[in-house]
Amino acid sequence: MKKLLSIIAIAFFCGIFSGCNKQLDLKPSQSIDEADALKTDENVKAVLQGAYYQFGQAGIYGGCLLRNAELLGGDGELQWVGTYIDPRQIYLKTILTTNSEVDLQWAESYEVINTINNILTALDVVNEGDRDRVHGEALFLRGLMYFDLVRFFGEQYKFGTTNDQLGVPLVLTPTKVLGPDNFVTRSTVEEVYAQVLTDLTLAASLLPEENDVYASKGSANALLARVYLQKGDYANALDASDAVISSGIYALQPTYDKVFNNDNNTSEDIFATQITPLDYISSMTEFFSTEDYGGRDGDIIILDGHLNLYSPGDQRYDLFFNGNGSIECGKWNNKFGVVNLIRLAEMYLIRAECNMRLSSATGATPLEDYNVIHTRAGLDPAASVTLEDILLERRLELAFEGFKIHDMRRLHENVASLPYNDPKLVYPIPEREINANPSLANQQNPGY
Amino acid sequence: MKKILLFIFVLCGLVLTAAGQQKTVTGTVTGAEDGQPVIGATVTVKGTSVGVSTDINGKYQISVTPGSTLEFRFLGMKSREVVVGATSVIDVALELELKGVDEVVVVGYGTQIKSKVTGSISKVDGATLQNIPVPTVEQALQGKSAGVFIESVNGKSTGTTNIRIRGSSSITATNQPLFVVDGIPLTTEALNYSGAVINPLTSINFNDVESIEILKDAASSAIYGSRGTNGVVIITTKKGTSGATKLNFTLQTGFNEASRRREFMNSQQYVKYFQEAAYNSDLIDGIDPINNPADYENSWLEFANGRMERYSGWAAILDGSGNYTGSKANTDWQDLAFQRGRILSADFSAQGGTDKLKFFTSLSYNNSNGILVSNGIEKINGRLNIDNKVNNFTDLGFTLSLNRTKIDQVSADNAFSTPMQLVALAPITPEKDLSGELSQLPVTTYYNGLLDVKYANRNILEYRTVANGYLTFSLLKGLKWRNEFGFDLYNLKENGRYGKETDTGAGSNGYGFTNYAQTQNITTKSYLDYLTKIGDFDFSGVLGTEFQYTSVDNARAEGEQFPSDALKTLASAGLITGATSTVTQYSFLSYFSRLNFDFKDKYLVTLSGRVDGSSRFGENNRYGFFPAASLGWVLSKEGFLSNNSTISFLKLRTSYGLTGNAGIDNFGHLGLYGIHRYNGLGGTAPSQLKNPDLGWESTRQIDFGIDYGFYKSRISGEIDFYAKKTRDLLLNIPVPETSGYGSQMKNIGSVDNKGIEFVINTNNLTGKFYWNTSLNLSYNKNRVTNLGEQTIIDQGSARYMNVVKVGEPIGVFYGAEYAGVDPANGDALWYVNTKDANGIVTDHTTTTNDFNSANFVVLGCPTPNFLGAITNVVGYKGFELSFTFQGVSGNKIHLIGDQWMAANGVWYDNQLTSQLASWKQAGDVTDVPQARLGYDNGDQSRNSRYLSDGSYIKLRTLVFSYEIPKRIAQKAGLDRIRLFIQGQNLLTMTRYKGWDPEVSTDFLNDNITSGCDFYSAPQPRSLVFGITIGL
Repeated sequence: MKKLLSIIAIAFFCGIFSGCNKQLDLKPSQSIDEADALKTDENVKAVLQGAYYQFGQAGIYGGCLLRNAELLGGDGELQWVGTYIDPRQIYLKTILTTNSEVDLQWAESYEVINTINNILTALDVVNEGDRDRVHGEALFLRGLMYFDLVRFFGEQYKFGTTNDQLGVPLVLTPTKVLGPDNFVTRSTVEEVYAQVLTDLTLAASLLPEENDVYASKGSANALLARVYLQKGDYANALDASDAVISSGIYALQPTYDKVFNNDNNTSEDIFATQITPLDYISSMTEFFSTEDYGGRDGDIIILDGHLNLYSPGDQRYDLFFNGNGSIECGKWNNKFGVVNLIRLAEMYLIRAECNMRLSSATGATPLEDYNVIHTRAGLDPAASVTLEDILLERRLELAFEGFKIHDMRRLHENVASLPYNDPKLVYPIPEREINANPSLANQQNPGY
Repeated sequence: MKKILLFIFVLCGLVLTAAGQQKTVTGTVTGAEDGQPVIGATVTVKGTSVGVSTDINGKYQISVTPGSTLEFRFLGMKSREVVVGATSVIDVALELELKGVDEVVVVGYGTQIKSKVTGSISKVDGATLQNIPVPTVEQALQGKSAGVFIESVNGKSTGTTNIRIRGSSSITATNQPLFVVDGIPLTTEALNYSGAVINPLTSINFNDVESIEILKDAASSAIYGSRGTNGVVIITTKKGTSGATKLNFTLQTGFNEASRRREFMNSQQYVKYFQEAAYNSDLIDGIDPINNPADYENSWLEFANGRMERYSGWAAILDGSGNYTGSKANTDWQDLAFQRGRILSADFSAQGGTDKLKFFTSLSYNNSNGILVSNGIEKINGRLNIDNKVNNFTDLGFTLSLNRTKIDQVSADNAFSTPMQLVALAPITPEKDLSGELSQLPVTTYYNGLLDVKYANRNILEYRTVANGYLTFSLLKGLKWRNEFGFDLYNLKENGRYGKETDTGAGSNGYGFTNYAQTQNITTKSYLDYLTKIGDFDFSGVLGTEFQYTSVDNARAEGEQFPSDALKTLASAGLITGATSTVTQYSFLSYFSRLNFDFKDKYLVTLSGRVDGSSRFGENNRYGFFPAASLGWVLSKEGFLSNNSTISFLKLRTSYGLTGNAGIDNFGHLGLYGIHRYNGLGGTAPSQLKNPDLGWESTRQIDFGIDYGFYKSRISGEIDFYAKKTRDLLLNIPVPETSGYGSQMKNIGSVDNKGIEFVINTNNLTGKFYWNTSLNLSYNKNRVTNLGEQTIIDQGSARYMNVVKVGEPIGVFYGAEYAGVDPANGDALWYVNTKDANGIVTDHTTTTNDFNSANFVVLGCPTPNFLGAITNVVGYKGFELSFTFQGVSGNKIHLIGDQWMAANGVWYDNQLTSQLASWKQAGDVTDVPQARLGYDNGDQSRNSRYLSDGSYIKLRTLVFSYEIPKRIAQKAGLDRIRLFIQGQNLLTMTRYKGWDPEVSTDFLNDNITSGCDFYSAPQPRSLVFGITIGL
């Protein structure tokens, strides 16, 4: 009996020493291996879908990027009354290099860029019929990322000069292994804008006219119009905005209140972030709205400095509401609603502004475009219009949608007591990034 | 209750009368040391259930069959056996047990005699853990072992703890030791989805514990290979012994409450303070609303007065000129966060058996309310341990424990709904409005967490089964083949339901989620155990293999739009807003061996090694080898010391070995795309950079130790010196975010720990009046020596300031150095601390009021370097007092929450009264900057203003008990009756400014961000009364 046991014991050990190795080859269930991720048409399209998810993250186009543009431009029209310290720093223009909002935009934007860079290496496996669309959508998203990065982290573009002030690092190839190439330095504002225009122009040529809620030719042209306007390149901005309007694909909502708080895109939305109940809520709702609508405690309140700008009868004024004893913006009361990023009204206003500045009437006269927007708000048509009228109309029409600081810098307006080009109005390069990438150590923005 | 006892009495009587009567033996049992009678010594007839105890004079009388053996036993003394011959009087003198020398010590895959152990192992006797009113076994171990740092992260009922054995060796991988219960490596990863982290170890009933061995050095832990670096905690549960069945019943009840509080402003102070802060901000803006009424509109003062009205529930506490007229409400919100929690526990155990079959079984119930409102834990535990001798060469047995734990959950420390954040609310806000409803936004400054208490339910049910069976064959003389199969099934079911009145449920007609999670951990091992003696040469060895597979499953769903708050389950949710299921897994395959040689019990050699393979590592580095060697020399057995009357035991030992750490995420070596969703469609995106070289983090540790005993071991103890060097750290290294990734797991960098441990146990007095003292002290120096290309890992958070910096301990606080307040204008100042190219501070005097211009410097360390505890046990005639003082020193704590509550009025959070000392006028010398509403003035978190000394000494446990004399107990038909009062954390001595220096806020608590206090509940102070009855 004991002998038998000894034999069994020996056999058992020999067996175990050879048999178990395979048990160590385990694979994850919630991720796929990078080797498979870009292998097929279906997989590449899934990565594009993943890029949209990353684009819609809370720190960027889920809303915080738009909110921060409003806070940074806050000068008596709104007030940050929330307890969170990082948005308060942005509102007070006392941003620390450790500000988490700043780092979030940086990190999340470059995540999108890396995902896009990966897609761009795998276009050849995409079905030919879809290849241009996938390519165009990818370029659109990358252009959008770089545009907002350079707007927040670089000084304002000066049209007609060489913009050799520092922008952001241009990364155009995917990260497969981490190597010396990943320790990048900042490109100039000029270079970044050039890349944005290259990406968006190509995107506009590749994208279909309509593309569900994803980037379309109109989205690319509309964003081009915005980029040109920010640069001060009014002629190109005019052409791009006119192309969107004249495409006839988009139409204004009949009344202003129908533009916002929608579960889905409307005819007016050229591009918008989709928020479904399975996702995190819209960050615009979180901060611009109150508990009753799933927001926080009305962290941003609207001041008389803004409310007094409206003429009697302006229906846009009616959207504001009293929440918790303070006035709140009413555009963001649907926590699962789309976050409007680009809508047709902006195109009319760009076309009007550019025609006015260039004394032209491409597509329509400035007055006609102005009145389209003005009358939609329930006001009587104006008989004549000035540049100031158009800019005021833009300020009211697009209020609290993420335009504020960029328009102030573009139009050289003071932000409270700070001139438009004050270093405090430009984000710092995040502290953690400089720690992780010593190549950036000498490239911090002035004032930090 | 009475009926049960009666039943037990009857049973007991039956057993007693069943014994036969042949011959009466009498005698006296005395102590060999002092000749004093030993009261209550047990005298049993070996191999039977017949037994008596000695009386107050040490005398006994027992009936036995001639030729049988009498066994004399008394706790703390060596047992003796005497064969009954012709004489009918047997007097026995019992010698003191040389504690720490002859004890059996559990080691990895076996046991050893303490005097022959060559590693550093500290043994904690299960008896010292009994009935301590804490939720989890680690807390019961606090102060019991040198070099072992244990802290509860906060005072919640869920008992999350940090344990560091000989310091922290890793930055990214785990620093928690491996827990092994009866041979099974235990699951320690939390599974809950929401709220405070739930510690899975709360499922252990520590009244079942026979002993806990903590393996500290490489020689003892290397046999656990890749999981040995952080030390190993081996828990052995009680086994049955042959003889009459012994029953033990303990009932205890008491209460606990917050051990410390902080002082906040009252209504009057609050209103005045914020008016002052607002006015100061107006003056900065260049307006003067007090002297210039036209400036009032849109002023900060107007804003503040408006808020005062709002926060008081529009109770008109200001007159027309804004003067405070008094407020009915003066709410102490801190008081509303706490409760006096009731503790109730009942523990029943039984053991006994025959030579063939022995058992231990227990059943216990424990219900303990927390110190925070709505927090509590209720446990039911059952256990059955059986050992069976099948035949002369086969043994089998198993241990089985079942646990069900119910937790009333509270939020993590960073949630507005956690009760501790109530302190932020204004004292002018009434607890309830006129209609009796709880005040809520916008009347409350923040969400009122009491709404969660009233309108939300969050409960967690855990079910855990741990079972291990063994089958041992004796193959040859001294050679055994042991096979074990065990599993640890840990299930967690979590339900949350938030009514529409809560912030989570607001705007969506209520919110609910349900979460199911399960960890199954299956272990199988097989090993040969050989023992032989050739002349003066002893040899023993172990050789075996082990395989462990663990998988973690999770399924969760959430929904909203409930038709009624009364409907609690997702079945009634109008909208399912989320659902997911996930699974992850890992495995270990290992081969291990240990060889022990000793010559004449004097010269000891141990060699051990383990080969570990794990799914967690890259294909290029999947296997690791972890060897260790140790030597021992028992000097006291040498001729020159053998008759020394002073030195009764002396052993020198040294060990060196390699251990590993595999405590990282499961698939860190793969290049991965994670799953995401947009617009209702699934997608993938890069989530992790590939690293096929990812391998073991390895630690080399050297240890020198002395085990000593003087005066027949009335004084005994150990001294250890160690140095641990950890290389190839598993480090989640920050990478440029421009790469699209935040970090990558790599083997980079090294960390050193060096330290001394000192243990001394003394029997100061023996005999009727006895007094024992045990003291342990330790010092550990932790230092990061290399981080690859980087010199610092700073996550760049504005909230916390723990960083990893070369040359400093892990997690040092790195921020701006506060320089007090400018007496001229009330501005907060910091030292600029200008640095040269090497990062050395060259100017330590210049100050600035611009936080961004202050260079960050190292401000302190979050982990203590000195640990110590002293336990005294004093007894006389059945009375016993035992108390442990335990303390730490050398650490600082970051009061992160103080950037809101000690922020000189920057926002409307109620402020600590310390803020009343804020700067008021030119020339004021104070540490508190001028109060300014809405303008940061020194409230930046990364600021030494918010650091505080974390040293403390606590009266950790105190037990006062009375053992009713045996003869009285026996008259009542009982074996023993013990009454006791037990206290926990009765005293805390500290200079710490916050609630409790034993803290590491649960939402940040990790290797780097430790030592932070963020609305963390203080530790409970508890007092229980109990009775133990033995049959």
